[in-house]
Amino acid sequence: MRLAQINRSLLYVLLAVMACLYLVPIYVLGATSFKGLNEITLDQMWRLPSHLDFSGYKIAFDKLAPNFLNSLYLAVPATLLSALFGSLNGYVLSKWQFRGSNALFALMLFGMFIPYQSILIPLIQFLQKIHLYNSIPGLILVHVVYGLPICTLIFRNFYAGVPDEIMEAAKIDGTGFFGVYRYIIMPLSITGFVVVGIWQFTNIWNEFLFAVTLTSQKQQPVMVALQNLSGSQIVQWNVQMAGAILAALPTLLVYIFLGKYFVRGLLAGSIKG
Amino acid sequence: MRTESAVYVPAGTERGVKKPRRKRKGGRWVPFLMVLPSFAAILVFVYGFIAWTGYVSLSNWNTLVKDLSFAGLSNFKFLFGDFRFQSDLRNTLMFTVLFIAATMAIGIFLAMMVDAKIKAEALFRNLFIFPMALSFVVTGVVWQWILNPSTGVNLILKSFGMTDPPKWYTSTEIVPGIAWGLIDFGLPLALIAVVIAAVWQMSGFTMAMYLAGLRAIPDELREAARMDGAAERQVFTRIILPQLRPVTVSVVIILGHISLKIFDLIFAMTGPGAMFLTDVPGVYMFETTFRGNHYAQGAAIAVIMLLFVSLLIVPYLFSSLKKEEG
Repeated sequence: MRLAQINRSLLYVLLAVMACLYLVPIYVLGATSFKGLNEITLDQMWRLPSHLDFSGYKIAFDKLAPNFLNSLYLAVPATLLSALFGSLNGYVLSKWQFRGSNALFALMLFGMFIPYQSILIPLIQFLQKIHLYNSIPGLILVHVVYGLPICTLIFRNFYAGVPDEIMEAAKIDGTGFFGVYRYIIMPLSITGFVVVGIWQFTNIWNEFLFAVTLTSQKQQPVMVALQNLSGSQIVQWNVQMAGAILAALPTLLVYIFLGKYFVRGLLAGSIKG
Repeated sequence: MRTESAVYVPAGTERGVKKPRRKRKGGRWVPFLMVLPSFAAILVFVYGFIAWTGYVSLSNWNTLVKDLSFAGLSNFKFLFGDFRFQSDLRNTLMFTVLFIAATMAIGIFLAMMVDAKIKAEALFRNLFIFPMALSFVVTGVVWQWILNPSTGVNLILKSFGMTDPPKWYTSTEIVPGIAWGLIDFGLPLALIAVVIAAVWQMSGFTMAMYLAGLRAIPDELREAARMDGAAERQVFTRIILPQLRPVTVSVVIILGHISLKIFDLIFAMTGPGAMFLTDVPGVYMFETTFRGNHYAQGAAIAVIMLLFVSLLIVPYLFSSLKKEEG
């Protein structure tokens, strides 16, 4: 009994230590972003700001705001389209399988794991040819296409949980492919759409390789702008940290309010399907 | 990261997809037509483009002027005799091993703690997972400062009296540094800094995977073992660990493929580093293609990266889908 109690206390101490370690970067981000120019010397890194100074945020905001909007114009439509296609594909691949559909699905899934470097050069040539290179619509197209495998996978596993009996009953009533989708599958899909939506939004917002190679200057999403900000020697440290917080804010907010669904996306198709 | 898609195929979903063999009246082509655009897109954007990249990797297109004349394997020969690419291969191997080992160890440790019926479980769980919601770029920007040798962690180490704190990502040491080809083989100490940042970001994911795995083990199984007189240690090694094996396989595959293609974290945090000590193929491909206009060489690096990832992923995809069908 005594031993169990000691173990219990030790467990909480360990948990607290780990929690503090995980929060270190957040502390650095937060504390530094609110510091003024005179407090951002290297030796004062761990100190809290003496007062809240917003000049870092002001500069970061001025520099990142246009790119922030680009990311929004990119992530929102791309997420919606991905979810729509994913849902349709998942519906067919779970409830209307045809000969060879599983093999096709496997071929599709492979697309989720490839290093995107291996399609990048042709992709750029292709986008140049259709005049979508260096444009937000071009990036939307890219994210929708390469998001197909994961979105299809999540929806397919989601719909596998819809009992076939419901489908049968609807089919006997004479409801066809679209009827079943519209009246049975769609209403059951809200959670699926939330999971896929959050997953895609987070990934597209945070994505860097496509963003940095397919756009330049004015069309750049926020992560590229943040990288430029932190890569430049003349930008102050507090501005970099404030910029990082601003750029991370949308996905952090999504995580804080809808974390449960984010984790479901993370584990998509996990143990219990 | 793409962050990266950290998701895998279900290994034998319990309510697996049944193959309907019944006849359907009319409209048999409708489902097929509905998925056709998606499959066509994948065919072109994944398989077609990969083939095109392969073609470019065999060409002479190493200047701004497009030249697709056949060059044989010369780009690959160049790479394997190249100091930078040899360094990349070493770094990828070292990074992958360290990253997977550390992320798994910490992930399983966190999962065991969070699973121990603790108070405020949701709080701890969410805290450990939240770095996953951040971009690798943000992670790189922050950790670049925390592990900057002249500030950050070293300030704390110095205040504890350490006179010679680690140089982190500016270290030029390779341990043990055995001459091999053009490079010194071993672990470049500078990589450890990048591994720390990557582990911070990804261990929450591993925790979530193991937590789901632990929760899927029925309590009766543990109880039965205890009834049979098994000690707690035996329950762990004989019952829990074997039950977690499928999760471990998935975790290794996912972390492995992320580390084989890692780009943004290193690009944002350290870049190639002094003497390419923190360089990886992803960064080399980007720089040689888009800054040096060596398209054919870039394509060759991409082909090699794809090969590595395929060696990991293809058997996994096959076995997962086989299991599901059986």
